Amino acid sequence: MTPLQRIQERFSQEVVETHAFRGDETLVIHPGALRTVAKFLKETPELDFNFLMDLTAVDYLFFAGGRIQKEFRFEVVYHFYSLKHNHRLRLKVPVDEKDPEVDTLTGLWPGADWYEREVWDMFGIQFKGHPNLKRILMYEEFQGHALRKDYPFNKRQPLIGPQN
Amino acid sequence: MSFLSSPTGFLTSKIKDALGWARKFSIFQYPFVTACCGMEYMSTAASHYDVDRFGAGFPRFSPRQSDVLFVVGTISHKMAPVLKTIHDQMCEPKWVVAFGVCTCTGGFYDNYATVMGIDTIIPVDIYIPGCPPRPENVIDGLMKLQEKIQKGEQSRTLYDPRTKTGRPAELQQGYSIEQHINPSTTLRVDPECNRRIKHIESA
Repeated sequence: MTPLQRIQERFSQEVVETHAFRGDETLVIHPGALRTVAKFLKETPELDFNFLMDLTAVDYLFFAGGRIQKEFRFEVVYHFYSLKHNHRLRLKVPVDEKDPEVDTLTGLWPGADWYEREVWDMFGIQFKGHPNLKRILMYEEFQGHALRKDYPFNKRQPLIGPQN
Repeated sequence: MSFLSSPTGFLTSKIKDALGWARKFSIFQYPFVTACCGMEYMSTAASHYDVDRFGAGFPRFSPRQSDVLFVVGTISHKMAPVLKTIHDQMCEPKWVVAFGVCTCTGGFYDNYATVMGIDTIIPVDIYIPGCPPRPENVIDGLMKLQEKIQKGEQSRTLYDPRTKTGRPAELQQGYSIEQHINPSTTLRVDPECNRRIKHIESA
């Protein structure tokens, strides 16, 4: 039984979509169930995802040149790894443009702290319950979120010096 | 001092020359290393190329004790106020070397984070473009800096992006692949590729 099958069996209501390709398993869930599913991933002995390898986000605005329209704008992507079982899982959570917010995972994986700050800094997605959600790469005076697709790629906001 | 200002000006100019000569062979540099150019800076400084031959072998990691600010690597807008502070803390006379194309013009970066040339923030005396510059380029730049120090020249102007003044014209030319290709080599340049680069630059 693969980790994906195990989760599907347990959370059949919360799973939006699954995908598996040559052992790479992807799971898309409803944002409301994130904390429950994450707790299950970490604390089930057969899964034991004790390592959060990566946490990032995708902005689907103008996706594929605007040819593909999605009903949500962002997706937060988590990559989990189990050191014990040597298996991996990619977990995706769709996030709405109007209220971009998901639950924090800092309580389960302390390493999520800076990742979530980076996603907040670059994409403007809030993490509910994060202990210290502030910018990590850009300065506090920076307006907007640089990796959003509607941010002009070369719009500079100098602290000193001329605008160019 | 009255004895320095003789009616002929002879003694004054000789002392100036002696000071310039002494300064150019005792360059205490402050390496402001932020990116990959630091590797090339280190290889220039180390025994194979050996900048100590030019009296510049002893980096000081305090701006108060250094004469030349080597800005080595990309400067982001977050780092820009720090660089300005370091420059302000240095005692006169001071010189600035822009090491690598990122510090000269921003290089290939054209994004939200990068300062498009440190000469928008602090005056630059010597530009050493290259990504990264080869040690020979660096030593060439260092010798040009020595000439400047000998003459007692210092840059005081900043680059103004609106009027496009205060930066060498060579650094403001458009980029073309052909000018970097040796005609004797067999490497072929796709004309379409070059046309696209020109198109992007004119936009």
